[in-house]
Amino acid sequence: MATTVVPPRKTNRIGLEPAVYKGSKSTLCAGCGHNAITERIIEAFYEMGVEPHRVAKFSGIGCSSKSPAYFLGSTHGFNAVHGRMPSVATGTLLANRTLLGIGVSGDGDTASIGIGQFVHLMRRNLPLIYIIEDNGCYGLTKGQFSATADRGSVLKNGVVNDLPPIDTCALAIELGATYVARSFSGDKKQLLALLEGAIAHRGTAMLDVISPCVTFNDHEGSTKSYSYVKDHDEPLGEVSFIPFFGDIMVDYDPGSTTEVTLHDGSRLLLKKLDSGYDPTSKVEALRVLSESHDNGEVITGLFYVKTGQPNFLDLLNIVDEPLATLPEAKVRPPKSALDEVMESLR
Amino acid sequence: MATTHISPAESEAAPQHERVVNDLSIQVATVNGSGSQSSNMVLLRALFQMGIPISGKNLFPSNIEGLPTWFTIRASKHGWIARRKEIDFLVAMNAETGEEDVRGLDAGAACVYDEKLNLARLRDDLIFYAVPFDKLVAPVCPDAKLRKLVRNMIYVGVVARLLEIDMGEVERALRKQFKKKVKAADLNFKAVLAGYEFAEKNLEKRDRFFVGRMNENAGKVLIEGNAAAALGCMMAGVTVVTWYPITPSSSLCETLITYMKRYRMDPETGKATFAIVQAEDELAAIGMVMGAGWAGARAMTSTAGPGISLMAEFVGLGYYAEVPGVIFDIQRVGPSTGLPTRTAQGDVLSTALLSHGDTKHPLLFPASVGECYSMAIEAFDLAEELQTPIFVMSDLDLGMNYWMSESFPYPDKPLKRGKVLDAEDLNRLGGFQRYKDVQGDGIGYRTLPGTNHPAAGYFTRGSGHNEDALYTEKGELYVRNMDRLERKFETARRLVPGPVIEQAGHDVGVIAYGTTHWAAMECRDQLAREFGVQTDYCRIRAFPFADEVAAFVRSHARVYAVEQNRDAQLAGLLRLSLPGEEIGRLRSVLHYDGLPIDARSITDAIMTQEVGS
Ligand SMILES: Cc1ncc(C[n+]2csc(CCOP(=O)(O)OP(=O)(O)O)c2C)c(N)n1
Ligand code: SF4
Repeated sequence: MATTVVPPRKTNRIGLEPAVYKGSKSTLCAGCGHNAITERIIEAFYEMGVEPHRVAKFSGIGCSSKSPAYFLGSTHGFNAVHGRMPSVATGTLLANRTLLGIGVSGDGDTASIGIGQFVHLMRRNLPLIYIIEDNGCYGLTKGQFSATADRGSVLKNGVVNDLPPIDTCALAIELGATYVARSFSGDKKQLLALLEGAIAHRGTAMLDVISPCVTFNDHEGSTKSYSYVKDHDEPLGEVSFIPFFGDIMVDYDPGSTTEVTLHDGSRLLLKKLDSGYDPTSKVEALRVLSESHDNGEVITGLFYVKTGQPNFLDLLNIVDEPLATLPEAKVRPPKSALDEVMESLR
Repeated sequence: MATTHISPAESEAAPQHERVVNDLSIQVATVNGSGSQSSNMVLLRALFQMGIPISGKNLFPSNIEGLPTWFTIRASKHGWIARRKEIDFLVAMNAETGEEDVRGLDAGAACVYDEKLNLARLRDDLIFYAVPFDKLVAPVCPDAKLRKLVRNMIYVGVVARLLEIDMGEVERALRKQFKKKVKAADLNFKAVLAGYEFAEKNLEKRDRFFVGRMNENAGKVLIEGNAAAALGCMMAGVTVVTWYPITPSSSLCETLITYMKRYRMDPETGKATFAIVQAEDELAAIGMVMGAGWAGARAMTSTAGPGISLMAEFVGLGYYAEVPGVIFDIQRVGPSTGLPTRTAQGDVLSTALLSHGDTKHPLLFPASVGECYSMAIEAFDLAEELQTPIFVMSDLDLGMNYWMSESFPYPDKPLKRGKVLDAEDLNRLGGFQRYKDVQGDGIGYRTLPGTNHPAAGYFTRGSGHNEDALYTEKGELYVRNMDRLERKFETARRLVPGPVIEQAGHDVGVIAYGTTHWAAMECRDQLAREFGVQTDYCRIRAFPFADEVAAFVRSHARVYAVEQNRDAQLAGLLRLSLPGEEIGRLRSVLHYDGLPIDARSITDAIMTQEVGS
């Protein structure tokens, strides 16, 4: 008698299969860094057991901004206008503060046309995961330089960039974002941990993820190519994520590892290579970023985290339930209110 | 061609010796930042309280202090509240403009002036009253720093004495103006009395203008259009408000903030049932409205022309992706430096077709403060029913000036939230197609983010989507979708407020909208009384135009569309909407000097064209 062993279906803590977290098939170029980031996003949401309907996805315009269609397929998503996704995300989260917002942008979308909205998003510390898929160029319009291109980086046609790059991480830290990291689409482990941490955080989580454009910016002379980033990647330390659910015991040396407890009780363990690094110090973070530019390194890791900061929705003192679906009785004042106003105008 | 010769010049002016009661315009010329706004409001309110139909218009510079400003009050027993070009009673307080102000008066007008300006030497056909303001203010206000502000209250007393404004009403108006600031009110009333007493002792009444009690204002309120619109928004249940400061729209959101803090805090939790955000610019303001409207909130922003231009891209996306939102455009004259504080109806055409691709948007045209209130409420219903951005096209004259109105009615209909499916609906239906025209009205069903159902989510993007909201670049699907949007626009035509038509079979028709209405009505009275030209009337209240508008044009030989812009913008929209044979009937009367339109200018322009036809 033969017994058929049915392998248990793989599900996460809320009983959903990985497929639920996938979206439609990517139409980006094979090998594009953005696809690898999409995979990590899928994994992070699956691992964290986030209910897809609780999420809202946002993006601007660009190859990168197409990617929200490729993850969390059953979730509401809004492909906005070029560079102006932060305002759309802000509006949605004002309308429904119970949503978990994730925005995907490009370096052109963020650092050029969208720099104004980016800056104000960071300032407001809106609870939103904001990912820049950073390839140093405009993929969708065929490879022009973006404002994150490094000085001296060369385009395929030989044009050299002679302007300094905008460091979106430094900007974000300076302006008030409370979870700021840089990673690399090719570093699965680090990127996953940083994304999981971002999901567990409440406040603006800004992740600048170097994501090579294989079609327009992966050649010799580009500082955003796979080989360049692999050669110059200087991780600030090792990042491990311990979710709030499940009891995982970890042993670590408090001398070389910093533990950060995030909003939902999950923890990040940051094993320092630079032994004095303090991820809660803005000054420290800015120093490290500035030095890495001087040394021509691509420094990655969690630069800055601040938990317990009031976010934009807290500051606005909005009711707990979504504004969008408040019943009429809560949003239309009674006749006595109108009468009172009318009386004051007589 | 000189249009001015066409009007019988003396028709309105009574013989020089006759008393003119409750039919005059007063102009106060001062300097910006001198506190004259309070004095002018006291005068306006006192007349209002006397039961006389009034209007008050502030002509102010784009500056905080030091430039000339004029406030015009019209009191009309006939109920005409449009601006009147001719000034009967001038209060000249501004050294810089005094001479020009005096030269502009018609013979027989009266002029109260600051003695030091020595204006009486300029004309011998006016009645002058010199007042030593500096001398009068010193004993009233020992504090030299306050004097500049209190000084302007003196003319209130002088004018009250000369026109016979009831002093009891003046005091009541003043105390209302200063609300709880009793000390300031006392000091200012002392200044009013000083002016009154000076006039009583020293000025012999020689002009023919008087006011007297009427009973036209019982139960009425006095409010600016922006405050009325703010009240409408609050009563419409707005939950997300985003704005970026710009004259003349700022006071809409600023007043809304005051009302919402008072009436929209949740009594159980003390938390706000709304979010109001001062955005970084209009790009962000409209982006937030789109994000919030998409998520199901009643969201709005308020701006003026420059902001509308910045919002163009997002509004196009809103049209294609079908996202509700309400946008108030408090129209003003063109780009920022120069005449941004003057009124116009100059954004009509560009807003109707705002953005890229084939886009068109419903516009509502409030003519009164009452309609600022009611159309605000309607706009939110329309935005959610039609799932598209809706514009409320007010203007500076309506938004920032005080207008009389009947009390606003409490809304008698529940909020119309449009076609939104929740999880229960989806369970019943098994799913939905976001962009499918189920009922033939061009409007699909939508779901809101956060809806706990696996079929609820969909991806919102610009031009390329099929009925299931999936990505496509197929031409025929694009065409099908655009044709559905056209059907939706036809639904809008039926849902937006229809025109108000007065028709009695005359040859000549007049079309107006927004604040132009008031001058148009007075003009029709002038045409009938002075020239025997009877007219029919159509006040357009929204775009797309209801079928009655085309019928109105068809049933007249000549139709004058009156508006406050150079390019005949509404007439242009009419030409796009009307059948070819009707277009030839349209003529335009255009006014665009930044001042609110007046009846006499329209009458002159119409008669010039009538004489030739
Ligand atoms: C207002 C506006 N200007 C220009 C464009 C054209 N455009 C589309 S994508 C893009 C740049 C995208 O670059 P990036 O954000 O870096 O994304 P990538 O494609 O590299 O992922 C530009 C300029 C546009 N869509 N809208
Ligand atoms: S062009 Fe570049 S950025 Fe765009 S999909 Fe291809 S590889 Fe990715």
